[in-house]
Amino acid sequence: MSLLLDAVTLLLVSAGVLFFAAGTLGLLRLPDPLTRIHALTKADNVGLALIVLGLLPQAGSVMAGVKMIAVWALAQIASGAVSQVLAEAATLEAQIEATAREKRP
Amino acid sequence: MSLVFDALAGLLVAGAALAAVTAAAPRAAVIAFMGYGVLLGLAWARLAAPDVALTEIAIGSGISGIVLLRAAAGLPAVPPAANRALAAAISVAVALGLAALVLALPEPAPSRAADAAAALPATGLGNPVTGVLLAFRALDTLLEKIVLLLALVGVWALARDPLWRGRPEPLFAGAAPAPSAFLARVLVPIGVLVGAYLLWAGADAPGGAFQSGATLAAMGLLALMAGLAPLPRADDRRLRLVLLAGPFGLLAAGFLGWATAGAFLAFPPGFEKPVIKIVEIAITASIALTLILVVLGPPAGEERP
Repeated sequence: MSLLLDAVTLLLVSAGVLFFAAGTLGLLRLPDPLTRIHALTKADNVGLALIVLGLLPQAGSVMAGVKMIAVWALAQIASGAVSQVLAEAATLEAQIEATAREKRP
Repeated sequence: MSLVFDALAGLLVAGAALAAVTAAAPRAAVIAFMGYGVLLGLAWARLAAPDVALTEIAIGSGISGIVLLRAAAGLPAVPPAANRALAAAISVAVALGLAALVLALPEPAPSRAADAAAALPATGLGNPVTGVLLAFRALDTLLEKIVLLLALVGVWALARDPLWRGRPEPLFAGAAPAPSAFLARVLVPIGVLVGAYLLWAGADAPGGAFQSGATLAAMGLLALMAGLAPLPRADDRRLRLVLLAGPFGLLAAGFLGWATAGAFLAFPPGFEKPVIKIVEIAITASIALTLILVVLGPPAGEERP
């Protein structure tokens, strides 16, 4: 049973790390702010969820598991809201640049 | 396996530090510095120093990071070459000096840890770090609180004369983005609870006034950024009372020690823990408010919302 749980942990945490690696690659390689945010939110959301799910079988108590899920939920709220604010700022900046370019002859 | 992890963590810390000092633009340097603080916190956690790790991440990376980011926004994008050369020389000198000091330490390094642990039961506390900060080295903590107040006086001194009683510059030029208001409404109540817990648990587990104050300050800043609360005026009397509560609370406890235990900053026998906790609550309130005001910067206007 414990071997099975360890296997579940290994599998899920590895999958989570893969999502984080992909998100980081996206952050470094994608061309503009909006696509980079898009890549990062996948890492935050699915990557962290998979890691928390994978660590749940290793939690010593129910409280420890609840705390891990709470960490994931709080990270969701923060990352979702912050991505929106960043995207809004990026769009605004792009608009300002576009108007400046139009004004130039 | 843990050696591999520790070596990787050490390399990451060194890499982030290098990125912070070699970055071309001030903003990139600050962002690297914030990452460096989080990684350093990881290293402290590996060294079994969770109190230091929490403080490093909350104050060293979080609050200092936002202060530096706001300062970097007012700097030229490319600093003069002479400044960079001077900063590089100072960085190298400090790093070499610290390395020499660490290498010169006797083996094993001198430590009062055993004495502190042996004397801890007398304070009624379970967390040796809180015992050292509030009981054994309370004088250092008192001076630290006064330094924090001096830092705020320094920030306020940057205000222009006619404006210095007023409110600081708003954190956003226009209206706050809607998602940040949502974030503040959801996160602030939870964060305040976490801050209070960090203070309360600090008696027996990792946590304490500084970590709690930094968490509460972050929540206050979140609410201010979302426009949920008006920016504080520098001449608000209640605000100044909260600022003074920490240092003067500790001073009062210090003089109380003369009357009840025969020495300055000694705590009354039998009541050590309650007195320490009450003083810690006052200190936490002062730390949180001071950090918020340092981030907000000097007063810049009278009637701004």
